Amino acid sequence: MSFTTFLQQCLTGISLGGAYALIAIGYTLVYGILRLINFAHGDIFMMAGYFMIFAMASLPWFLAIPVTLLVTVLLGVSIERVAYRPLRSAPRMSVMISAIGVSYLLQNLATYLFTALPKGYPEIPFLKRIFQIGGLSASFVTFLTPVLTLVLVYLLILLINHTKIGMAMRAVSKDYETASLMGIKINKTISFTFAVGSLLAGIGSILYFTDRMTVFPFSGSLPGLKCFVAAVFGGIGSIPGAVIGGFILGLGETALVAMGQSTFSDAFTFILLIVMLLIRPTGLFGEKTTDKV
Amino acid sequence: MLTIKDLRVNYGGIEAVKGISFTVPDKSIVTLIGANGAGKSTTLRSITGLVKASGGSIQFDGTELLGLETPEIVTRGITLVPEGRRVFPDMTVIENIRIGAYLRKDDLEPDIEWVYSLFPRLKERSWQLAGTLSGGEQQMLAVARALMSHPRLLMMDEPSLGLAPLIVQDIFSIIQEINKQGVTILLIEQNANMALRIADQGYVLETGRISLSGTGKELLADESVKAAYLGKKK
Ligand SMILES: Nc1ncnc2c1ncn2[C@@H]1O[C@H](COP(=O)(O)OP(=O)(O)O)[C@@H](O)[C@H]1O
Ligand SMILES: [Mg+2]
Repeated sequence: MSFTTFLQQCLTGISLGGAYALIAIGYTLVYGILRLINFAHGDIFMMAGYFMIFAMASLPWFLAIPVTLLVTVLLGVSIERVAYRPLRSAPRMSVMISAIGVSYLLQNLATYLFTALPKGYPEIPFLKRIFQIGGLSASFVTFLTPVLTLVLVYLLILLINHTKIGMAMRAVSKDYETASLMGIKINKTISFTFAVGSLLAGIGSILYFTDRMTVFPFSGSLPGLKCFVAAVFGGIGSIPGAVIGGFILGLGETALVAMGQSTFSDAFTFILLIVMLLIRPTGLFGEKTTDKV
Repeated sequence: MLTIKDLRVNYGGIEAVKGISFTVPDKSIVTLIGANGAGKSTTLRSITGLVKASGGSIQFDGTELLGLETPEIVTRGITLVPEGRRVFPDMTVIENIRIGAYLRKDDLEPDIEWVYSLFPRLKERSWQLAGTLSGGEQQMLAVARALMSHPRLLMMDEPSLGLAPLIVQDIFSIIQEINKQGVTILLIEQNANMALRIADQGYVLETGRISLSGTGKELLADESVKAAYLGKKK
């Protein structure tokens, strides 16, 4: 393998990792505030793929993108509203089952509405432009993904550490009662968290599908599972953890494919998970105590 | 200012508060004393809407609070320093103070100066994580945080619990100081001696009922209170 090919593979891996990181953040944010693994998150990402297909059918891309993101956010927030909020004081297991239910519901709904056949993902002209940097050549989206991911992560960390709503998110994720004594509206804060997670999944979806060209009702299952693993690997609840987990997964998977071991590239994810759970169950940056007071 | 009538609270069929009535006049210090499990915390928690009362009424300046959500009650000028302090451990001292003013949109700096002047120890530890403070400092922080919302009624759930006697004295003199500055206080204590000394009015709570009431002085002199709560022989 020449050096240029090596760099080319690294770029592919980092780009895939960026998209994974954006989705993994959604798992981590929701876990942080609800102590819930939102199994429907991968399917929100899949639905965002369909939303883009329909938006692009009648709108120019610069309108289709915001419309898609908006609808994705509404979907994520509504799922919380309908399927999780009524179970706020129910045992955690019930909420988890509800999340699995929503996941299947979305997959079946997509099959029913859009059929199980893969649908072509629209081309967003500027994202598909081929760029040449040194010996590397790739479409613009490949270069854009990791950069955009890092910018978004930076903005997210600013939001969480330096704004009022971010302060509310941190307070609610520690202690509902005391947060509400501060005047913080718990449900509003949780909705906002779902909005942020879904927005990032929507952006991740555009970047991811632009490179893959098709969407089908189960498009969200495996990437969703992988991003969940990325979040656990990094330490669920931790944003830097989810980002690093996403990049490691993307790079590892791409490396295996490059070495001709593509059959094992999916297995890699789960080996990584098992190894991490054995060595350090809380993940790279996980909190030591995960239970709520 | 606060009028509670026939308040009842159930925890899944078990009645923890069995119809109590009392009032907290404007600018006064009122204390509820009672043994562990008497229903003191439950009473305060139902005033702030953290637990739903099953009956009775809680009126604050004539407005019924029963059925309102906690943030709405806080907006009306009531705040609670919860049992066990419950500061946000991963936030710094200054962040904990700022979050106490979450509902406010005006300039916080004068009030930050004010709470720092009440608790100079906190000022020195402004950038320290709240989780690393001592128990007494966390209690001071919990009170400072509560004051930041500009409460008209400040309720405190066992502020002296687990603190060294000297620090307890500090806390109680600050409670009096806060009261002098015009904040009404509803204080819950097992440390009946200290609480009754500073209280204008006291109520004794026994298994969900008020068994006795009087001014702080009257209760301090009462034989049954002495025997049960002040550790003195009859
Ligand atoms: N969350 C709860 N669920 C069930 N029972 C509770 C709960 N909180 C308190 N209790 C019960 O209610 C009674 C009063 O408790 P509490 O108000 O905490 O008393 P105090 O503050 O006076 O020690 C006790 O018998 C206690 O066991
Ligand atoms: Mg108590």
